[in-house]
Amino acid sequence: MKEKLKLIHDKAIAAFFEATEMKDIDEMKVKYLGKKGELTAILKEMGKLSAEERPIIGQLANEVRQDIENKLDEAKKRLEAAEIAHRLEKEKIDVTMPGKSQAEGHKHPMSIVIDEICDIFMGMGYEVVEGPEVEQEYYNFEALNIPPNHPARDEQDTFYIGNGILLRTQTSPIQVRTMEKGKMPIRMISPGTVYRSDEVDATHSPVFHQLEGLVIDKNITMGDLKGALAVFAKELFGEDTKVRFRPHHFPFTEPSAEMDVTCFACGGEGCRVCKGEGYIELLGCGMVHPKVLKMSGIDPDEYSGFAFGMGLERVAMQRYGITDMRLLFENDMKFLKQF
Amino acid sequence: MDLPMSWLKEYADVNVGIKEYVEDITMSGSKVEGYTTLAGEIKNVVTGYIKAIAKHPDADKLQICTIDAGQGKDLTIVTGAPNIKVGDYVPVALDGSVITGGKEIKTGMLRGVESEGMLCSIEELGCDRHDFPEAPEYGIYIFPEAVELGKDVVELLDIKDVVVEFEITSNRPDCFSILGLARETAATYKGEFRYPEITVKEEGAGKTEDMISVEIKNPELCPRYIARAVKNVKIEPSPRWMRKRLRAAGVRPINNIVDITNYVMLEMGQPMHAFNIDCIADRKIIVRNANAGEKIVTLDGVERTLNESMLVIADPEKAVAIAGVMGGENSMISEDAEAILFESANFNGPNVRITAKNVGLRTDASSKYEKGLDPNMALDAVNRAVQLVEMLGIGEVVPGMVDCYPNKREPWELSYSPEWINKFLGTEISEKEMQITFERLGLIVDPAKHTVIVPTYRPDLEAQADLAEEVARFYGYDKIPDTLASGTPTVGKKTYEQTITSLVKETMISDGLCEAMTYSFESPKVFDKLLIPSDSKLRENVTISNPLGEDYSIMRTVSFNGILTSLATNYNRRNEQAGLFEVARVYLPKALPLTELPHEIPTLTVGMYGNMDFFDLKGIVEHLFDVLGMSSIVEFLPETEIAWMHPGRTASVKVNGDNIGYLGELHPVVAKNYEIGTKAYMAVLDVEKIISYTNRDVTYKPLPKFPGMTRDIAMLVKEDITVKEISDIIKKNGGKYLESAELFDVYKGAQIEAGYKSVAYSIFFRSPDKTLADTDIAEAMQAILNGLATEINAQLRDK
Repeated sequence: MKEKLKLIHDKAIAAFFEATEMKDIDEMKVKYLGKKGELTAILKEMGKLSAEERPIIGQLANEVRQDIENKLDEAKKRLEAAEIAHRLEKEKIDVTMPGKSQAEGHKHPMSIVIDEICDIFMGMGYEVVEGPEVEQEYYNFEALNIPPNHPARDEQDTFYIGNGILLRTQTSPIQVRTMEKGKMPIRMISPGTVYRSDEVDATHSPVFHQLEGLVIDKNITMGDLKGALAVFAKELFGEDTKVRFRPHHFPFTEPSAEMDVTCFACGGEGCRVCKGEGYIELLGCGMVHPKVLKMSGIDPDEYSGFAFGMGLERVAMQRYGITDMRLLFENDMKFLKQF
Repeated sequence: MDLPMSWLKEYADVNVGIKEYVEDITMSGSKVEGYTTLAGEIKNVVTGYIKAIAKHPDADKLQICTIDAGQGKDLTIVTGAPNIKVGDYVPVALDGSVITGGKEIKTGMLRGVESEGMLCSIEELGCDRHDFPEAPEYGIYIFPEAVELGKDVVELLDIKDVVVEFEITSNRPDCFSILGLARETAATYKGEFRYPEITVKEEGAGKTEDMISVEIKNPELCPRYIARAVKNVKIEPSPRWMRKRLRAAGVRPINNIVDITNYVMLEMGQPMHAFNIDCIADRKIIVRNANAGEKIVTLDGVERTLNESMLVIADPEKAVAIAGVMGGENSMISEDAEAILFESANFNGPNVRITAKNVGLRTDASSKYEKGLDPNMALDAVNRAVQLVEMLGIGEVVPGMVDCYPNKREPWELSYSPEWINKFLGTEISEKEMQITFERLGLIVDPAKHTVIVPTYRPDLEAQADLAEEVARFYGYDKIPDTLASGTPTVGKKTYEQTITSLVKETMISDGLCEAMTYSFESPKVFDKLLIPSDSKLRENVTISNPLGEDYSIMRTVSFNGILTSLATNYNRRNEQAGLFEVARVYLPKALPLTELPHEIPTLTVGMYGNMDFFDLKGIVEHLFDVLGMSSIVEFLPETEIAWMHPGRTASVKVNGDNIGYLGELHPVVAKNYEIGTKAYMAVLDVEKIISYTNRDVTYKPLPKFPGMTRDIAMLVKEDITVKEISDIIKKNGGKYLESAELFDVYKGAQIEAGYKSVAYSIFFRSPDKTLADTDIAEAMQAILNGLATEINAQLRDK
C-alpha cells in the first residue's frame, strides 16, 4: 500500500506541475482527492490492514493527502498569477487617448462676477437685497435727490411706462427702499438688472447690470468708505491692487467720488487695457447726501453712511477680455462653455 | 470743455508739466478726459526766402525755387504753387520735417529735378484762413513782412498750444469757463487767481437806455436781461491773439463782434449775443414765450417752428432769437452793421434744455445755459465784452446799460463745524486749512462764527456736507486715512429666497446646462410666434412708452422667448447640441393701465436640443425637485393646453393641484417660427412657488439592518394607461413592507397586441426588524396584482 500511495502522490504532483488551466486543476482535485478519487479508493482498503500497519499507513496516507493538497494550492496560485498577468497584458490601453468628457454646465460670466462680488461683501457683513425692476419714478429719481428737470435725468436715458412708473435706470432705488424700512444699522449690497435707452452696440446694451452698496450707521466716515472699498478691490483684483479716489458728482452723495483701481492687466504701468493710464475706473461712491437720508426718514444728525455703485458688464468684460458686450446676451454655447 | 493752457495761464499759474497738471486737477475734482497739443506734430518747418524761380524743364505747372532757409546753403525746392514770387518769405518744410497730420517730408525727385523739401500752405501748418486771414485761398503762405531766416515757423506764428479736455459735472456750471477752471487751478496749487480787471471808458455819445428798451414778460424763464449798445462799429477780422484763443478752445473765428461774444462766453461762461440794432423794430426788446407755430430762421439758415413753452427774444413785430439757443438771421451782425447791441442774459436752465432738445439745436450757448447759470455774472460779462470793443478800437461804447433784473439773487450764508467736518470725513484737518480752502474758492469766511458767505456762482454749496466736500477735495481724497467702520456688527448673508435660487442654478449647472442671460423686454410679435391666443391674459403686458423700437417694447409675460431665441442662435450657428437655462423675471401687470408695480416673478426656463428626448429634460427637473426636497409632493400630469408646446409630449408640474410649471417638447410650429430645425425641449418653472414648496429639512433614517426581497412583475396594459396610474396602484396595495417600485421596462412591438404595451416593475420589500420570508409578502403581492387587474385590467405576463 505504501507503494500505491507513493505512486498516487508522484503522479498527482507531476500532473499538477503540468496543469495549464484552472479547470484541469479542478478535475485533478476530484480525480485524486474526491469521494470517488484514487486516494479515497486506497483508503477504503485500510480495513484490510493489520492493526499494527493501520496507524502507520494512516499517517502516511494523511501526509500524502496533505502534500497533494498543498501542491494543488501552489499550482492554483501559479495559474492564477499567470492568468492575472495574462489579463493585465491583454487589457493594456492607450492612455494617451483623450478622456471622455462629462456633461458639464457653466455659470454665465456675469453671474460669476456677481457671485464673487456678493461673496466678498457678505464676508464683510453686507446683506444681499433685491428690488423691483419696474419701479416708481419716486424711488428712481426724487428720493435720490434728482428732482424733475434735473440734468441727471437726461444723462440716464430712461424707459418710461407711464403713471410715474419706469424701468429703473440704476439699482439705487433699493437703497431708498432699504432705508425706508428704518432698521439700523444698514450694510447691504444689491445686484440687479437696470435699463437705459442706449442702442445696442459693442459697448452698450439697453439692459445691463449694476451692483449697489449702502452702509448706514452712527459715526460712518469717508475714511470708512475708502477703507471698505479698498478691501473690496484687493479681494476682487488681488492683494497688490491699489485704488484711487477722484472727486466726482452724484446727486445722491456728498462728497462724491469715483474709484479707480490699478489696471489688472499691467499692474499700473500703463497698457492697452487701461489706455496707458495705469488705472481703470471701477465705481462711483460717496457719503449719502443728508437730503437723501432725510427723505427716507433717517436723521442725518444721528446717522451717516456711504453708498457705492458699479456697472458689472465692464468688470466681466475686462476680466475675461471680452470685447463685444453683445456676446453676453447671445448665449452661444461656444461662448458660455468658456467660463 | 476745452481749456487752452496758454489762456488759463493768464489767470492762474501752472508751474508743472502738462501730465502732472492733468493729474493734479483731476484729483482736486475737475476730471480731465485727455489733452492734445495743437501743431504738436509739426517739426522742422522754418522760415525761408525765395531767391530765384525757374521753370521746370519737364513740367509746365511746376517751378524750381532757390531758397535761403538759413541752412548755410541754398536749397532747391520744386513747387506747384502759383502765388509765389522772388523776394517772398515763406514757410519751408526741410528734409526730414513733419507737417500737419504727421506727414513726413523728405528730399525726392519731382519729374527729374531734386527737391530738398516743400513750401507750405497755411493748411499744411494745421491752420486756415480763419486763423490767418491774410493767407491766400490757394497756395503757399507768404509772411506779410520780412522775417529772420531759418526760424521755427510754429513758434513764429505762435500756433502751438496744449488744450486740455475736461468732463465737467452738472453741479459745477461755473467750471464751464476758463475763469472757473482757473479758480480751481489756483485753489489746487494754493496760488493766486487773477480775475480780469474790467473797466469801461464809455466814450460813445448818448445813453444806452435812450437807444433801447427791454421788457421781460416771463421773469421765471428769464431772470435777467442786460443790453449794452456800441456805435460806429467796424466789422473786421479780430486780432490774431483772439482768433488763436478761440480756435484753441474749439470755436471758429467769424468777425470781431461775434468773436468777442464767443470770447466772453469761453472766458466767463456767460453766453452772449450781438444784435444789429437797426434790425430791432422800435428798438424794443421783448422777452416772451413763443406763439404756437411761430417760425424763426436761425443763424444757421434753418427755419424753426416754435411752441408756447419756448422763450424768444422779440421786438414788437417778430422774434429775433430763440432765447439761450441761437440768434435769428433777421438781426445778425452783417459787415455793414453800424450799431450793435450786446445781450447778456440769464435764462432758466431746464427750459433752455428742453427747448434746445425740441428744436433739435444744441449750441454752445444752450449747453451752458442748461446747467443753470449765475445771473450775477451777466453784468461782468457784458462789461467785459464792451471793454474788449474798446481794447480792439472797433466801436464807441455807449454809456450806461439797460439791466432788467427783477429778483436779484443774493449770496447766502452757511455755517459749518470744523469738528463735524473732520468727524464726517475721518480726518484731522485744521480750522485754518478749511478757512483757506473756502477763501480760495471765493467764499467769504467768518472764522469766529464758523460761517461762510457763498458766492452765487456756486449754487451747489447748500449745506455743510457740500462744504465738507470742498475741504476734502483740496485736502486730497487720497490723504483721508482708510478705516474700517466700527459700529454694530452685522451678518452678511443672502435671503432664504436667494439661497434657494442659487441652489436652483447650481443644480441646473450640475446637470450640464449653461446659464444664459437674455433681455427682459421683447417684441409684442412674440405672442403670435408662440401661438398664444389673442384673448389670452398673457398678452396683457407692461408696455414701454418710449422703447428703442418695437422689438424691445414690452416687458415679457412669458419667459420663453429669450431662451428660444438663444436656441435658434445656436442652431443657426450649427452647434450640434445646446442646453441653456436662465432664472429671470416675468412681469405681470395687476391691472392695465399700470397704476401699481407689476408682479415680477422669477422664473426658471430651460431649453435644450440635440441628442436627447423628453425624459432627459424630465430627469433634470426631477433632479431639481430631489435637491429641493420636493420629490414626494410633485406630480407630473399630461398637459395638452399650452399653445406653444407639443400637446402629446408635455407635462404640467403640480403640487397639490397648484400649477408650478411645465415641461415638454416645443410645438413644431413654434420651432419653425424660430427657425429651429430640430426637436427642442423646454421647461418653465415658477421659482417663487418652488421656493415656497422647498423643504430642506433632513432627518436621518436608520440604515436597514435586514435584507429585503424583490419581486419583478411584467404586465400587459392598454397603451393609454400611464405609468403613474400603475405606480399608484402598486403603492396603494403594497402593504407595510413595500419600500419601492421601480419601472424597468416598457415595451411595444411584435409580440404585443396592437393598442397594448408591456410594462415591467421591480418591487422591493423590506422589514425593519426581520428578514422577510415569502409568506410575509404573499398577501401584499396578491393585493397588488388584484389591484392592477381590477383597476386597469392588467394581464400579468409570464416571465
